Amino acid sequence: MTDTLLSYDAALAEFDPALGLEVHVELNTATKMFCGCPTAFGAEPNTQTCPTCLGLPGSMPVVNTVAVESAIRIGLALNCRIAEWCRFARKNYFYPDMPKNFQTSQYDEPIAFDGYMDVEVDGETHRVGIERAHMEEDTGKSLHVGGSSGRIHGADYSLVDYNRAGIPLIEIVTKPVLGTGDKAPEVARAYVGQLRELLLGLGVSDVRMEQGSLRCDVNLSLAPKGSGTLGTRTETKNVNSLRSVERAARYEVQRHAAVLAGGRRVFQETRHWHEDTGVTTSGREKSDADDYRYFPEPDLVPVAPSREWVAELRATLPEPPHERRARLQREWGFSDLEMRDTVGAGALGLVEDTIAAGTPPQAARKWWLGELARRANETETEIGALGVVPADVARVQSLVDEGTLNDQLARQVFDGLLAGEGTPDEIVAARGLALVSDEHALSAAVDSAIAANPDVADKIRDGKVAAAGALIGAVMKEMRGQADANRVRELILERLT
Amino acid sequence: MTGEGATRPAPSVRATAADLSAALERGETTSVAITRAHLDRIAEVDGAVHAFLQVDTEGALRDAAASDERRAAGSSYGPLDGIPIAVKDVLATRGLPTTCGSRILEGWVPPYDATVVARLRAAGLPILGKTNMDEFAMGSSTEHSAFGPTHNPWDLDRIPGGSGGGSAAAVAAYEAPFAIGTDTGGSIRQPGAVTGTVGVKPTYGGVSRYGLIALANSLDQAGPVTRTVLDAALLHEVIGGHDPLDSTSIDRPLPALLDATRQGADGDLTGVRIGVVRELGGEGYQAGVLARFEDSVELMTKAGAEVVEVSCPHFVHALATYYLILPAEASSNLARFDAMRYGLRVTPAGDPSAEDVMRATREAGFGDEVKRRIILGTYALSSGYYDAYYGQAQKVRTLVARDFEAAFERADVLVSPTAPTTAFKIGEKVDDPLAMYLNDLATIPANLSGVPGISIPSGLADEDGLPAGVQILAPAMADDRVYRVGAALEALLAQEWGGSLLDQAPPLGEGAGLRPSGDQGAGA
Repeated sequence: MTDTLLSYDAALAEFDPALGLEVHVELNTATKMFCGCPTAFGAEPNTQTCPTCLGLPGSMPVVNTVAVESAIRIGLALNCRIAEWCRFARKNYFYPDMPKNFQTSQYDEPIAFDGYMDVEVDGETHRVGIERAHMEEDTGKSLHVGGSSGRIHGADYSLVDYNRAGIPLIEIVTKPVLGTGDKAPEVARAYVGQLRELLLGLGVSDVRMEQGSLRCDVNLSLAPKGSGTLGTRTETKNVNSLRSVERAARYEVQRHAAVLAGGRRVFQETRHWHEDTGVTTSGREKSDADDYRYFPEPDLVPVAPSREWVAELRATLPEPPHERRARLQREWGFSDLEMRDTVGAGALGLVEDTIAAGTPPQAARKWWLGELARRANETETEIGALGVVPADVARVQSLVDEGTLNDQLARQVFDGLLAGEGTPDEIVAARGLALVSDEHALSAAVDSAIAANPDVADKIRDGKVAAAGALIGAVMKEMRGQADANRVRELILERLT
Repeated sequence: MTGEGATRPAPSVRATAADLSAALERGETTSVAITRAHLDRIAEVDGAVHAFLQVDTEGALRDAAASDERRAAGSSYGPLDGIPIAVKDVLATRGLPTTCGSRILEGWVPPYDATVVARLRAAGLPILGKTNMDEFAMGSSTEHSAFGPTHNPWDLDRIPGGSGGGSAAAVAAYEAPFAIGTDTGGSIRQPGAVTGTVGVKPTYGGVSRYGLIALANSLDQAGPVTRTVLDAALLHEVIGGHDPLDSTSIDRPLPALLDATRQGADGDLTGVRIGVVRELGGEGYQAGVLARFEDSVELMTKAGAEVVEVSCPHFVHALATYYLILPAEASSNLARFDAMRYGLRVTPAGDPSAEDVMRATREAGFGDEVKRRIILGTYALSSGYYDAYYGQAQKVRTLVARDFEAAFERADVLVSPTAPTTAFKIGEKVDDPLAMYLNDLATIPANLSGVPGISIPSGLADEDGLPAGVQILAPAMADDRVYRVGAALEALLAQEWGGSLLDQAPPLGEGAGLRPSGDQGAGA
């Protein structure tokens, strides 16, 4: 079944979108939320479990203090208020990957609430309100074998890995984000991107969307333009990259608009995003029928962070993102546009690390934005997931500075890096990319170029130095690009002037 | 059968844990001899009593032998090293099946020990086996066990109380010197009262709940089931104290329970203020039970206690409050029994989904009382009803706690009959849940507020000759007071009776008579 979509422009002409973003962050604590099991990713299934995270009868939870600390730091970084007293609650529902058939979470007493994050899109700042950030435990991971959908219905059998069960999660929920107009999908993407950067800076999570350590649900609703109301929302899950956040939001805008323009109602439901086809499909209907029967977890005592502790944690916060951006722009001497592009590409940290490795700011910007951002876009990959790290870029630039590479050869080194051929030096050696520094070979090539182009040579002799370009081109062709163009020019001019 | 029948217990099984400890200390006996005597006693009478769901003959004798070796080597773990014990089947025991009296856990062998069990092992106590109970501790008669009822050793046609009827009956029938029980609304104290034994519900948080398969987490507490107050204190000191695996466990040292018990044993209560709770008595209480309670109060008065009447007006709502909080917590606790990871799995015919398997398993695996409470609890927590039921119950709970606070300003301990009646006949109330719930009328307030309580035998009711109990309550973390007053009253009553109340029990095999119980014991 294909959804009818309205064109994006037509949708925005009639409706105001309201965004809501729910982000689940897996913390990088050494142990789980309520037991001492390790949290390392990728271990053999069901080897990182104990009576508590398996929910065996009689087992009891004990709160991981480091997770509480991370939650408070996240809350503070999001300008939230930190609860003086809060409890965990049980969220009751049945599912085979839930060991206790309830999730230990927080309900009406989140650890952090009422904050905001300023998000920049195209030089405009959008303030995204943060409703709450609360602590909870992850579920196990189901693998449904057989059947066509990869989901539990229709599967031949299902396997469950409880290694993930009990890993600490922080769920960060925004308030409805209004007034973004046609920028809604970009604001959604920028929010998640900036949140990821903030979490990285805090050092509380690996924030790898592809491994599920940062998961995003995109809530979207439309209201008639200018009505100031909120429409019925859908909650789109399985949105596993920044690019998908934007695409999924855009898709839902177009789908909702078509439904509403056709005089029909939007169903409040969960939708699944399909990265490959770029569409959402209906999941289970989410309505008032969902009753999680929350009540305070009687096996845990309240969490009551002292104000002194909160103040200590506040002192550990890294520089806020907007201050950091302003400082870096100043230090690097970037124009507003250059800075905006860098942030927009999600390359701020990458550029920063490259500069820290010794590369001049403009060179770092040139490679990341001119070269690598384009490649990321072409392959629909996150720029940070290309497989090229700041140290590689810094090394390529130093090879250029040393005269071993020119820009054109450097691009070939990036090809090699993207193809996983090794370090920049290994690629230069293996591909034979180094510039020819053998003066004899260069001189011979220059001489033969002069001999083959007597008319051009005459022009130069007559003082038309600009004509040297043609000879340089001929030499570069002869040398298959592996020559230093400046040196070639010098050699030509030595001979003809 | 005549006189000293074959089932009359050998002196060694009649001995208290304290006596056995002294005998071991003096080298007069061994742990293996003591343990074997109790295993023999179980073999002899448990067909009729059905106190045990599992008897671990091999494990108990192995642990007893190890204890004897330690003692011989001069490295005994302490006074209870080598004294065998029975454990209610609601506590996880590594390597020993744990069922909670439910089909749904049949065959489950825990891979870990509850903290209480680990502490018993660390103190050297061989575990005789697991005792019968109402399914998931829901009941006051042990009739709701999926594996058949336990019979009261005083009269095999009668119930031994519940939910911990197995532990109480085992101790009353001399099958074990003492046992571990758990008390959510009276499940240690009420069985104690109706079997003529001693039962202690410690302060909430005083004994770890880790490995105690929760009925209602905010109410459950494990404690001693014994024949004397001194044995209870000895056992309490072994199992009590802070446990980092239980977040609700109190991180403070236990009060000096043994000292308090020894202090009380001289029967002097001079200067002790005893509050009689007006609301826990009168209507609904059996005349003989009230008469024995009044005798106890009189004895304590004579012993120097200052007796005052106190009123706890909100106690009248305690039962209703309890039956909202307990099912709510239980409905969530019991959700994990879904056939996915352990225990019973029922797979319906056809091409069942995971939900179908869960449904069929829970339908077949849970008994009616469990289903009743799951439905009650699910309802009480439902959106739109939460405030009216669960939320309101929590408020009343606070009011009950305030009643206790006010009462403890006027009295050091509070007293009441433990249970409103003596043991009733098996089958008499099993189809009347409300009548069954009333058994816990006097014991529930202590669970709602977390205060400690003890039940000790107060005598036999005139109308039926069956045991009644008196309950002594103290403020949270003042468990020493219940031991002091309990030990004093026990001593005063023993003087009256010229021995313990259990000495007046008809020997098994006479009176009601030993006979096959006719139910399917799980392994006993």
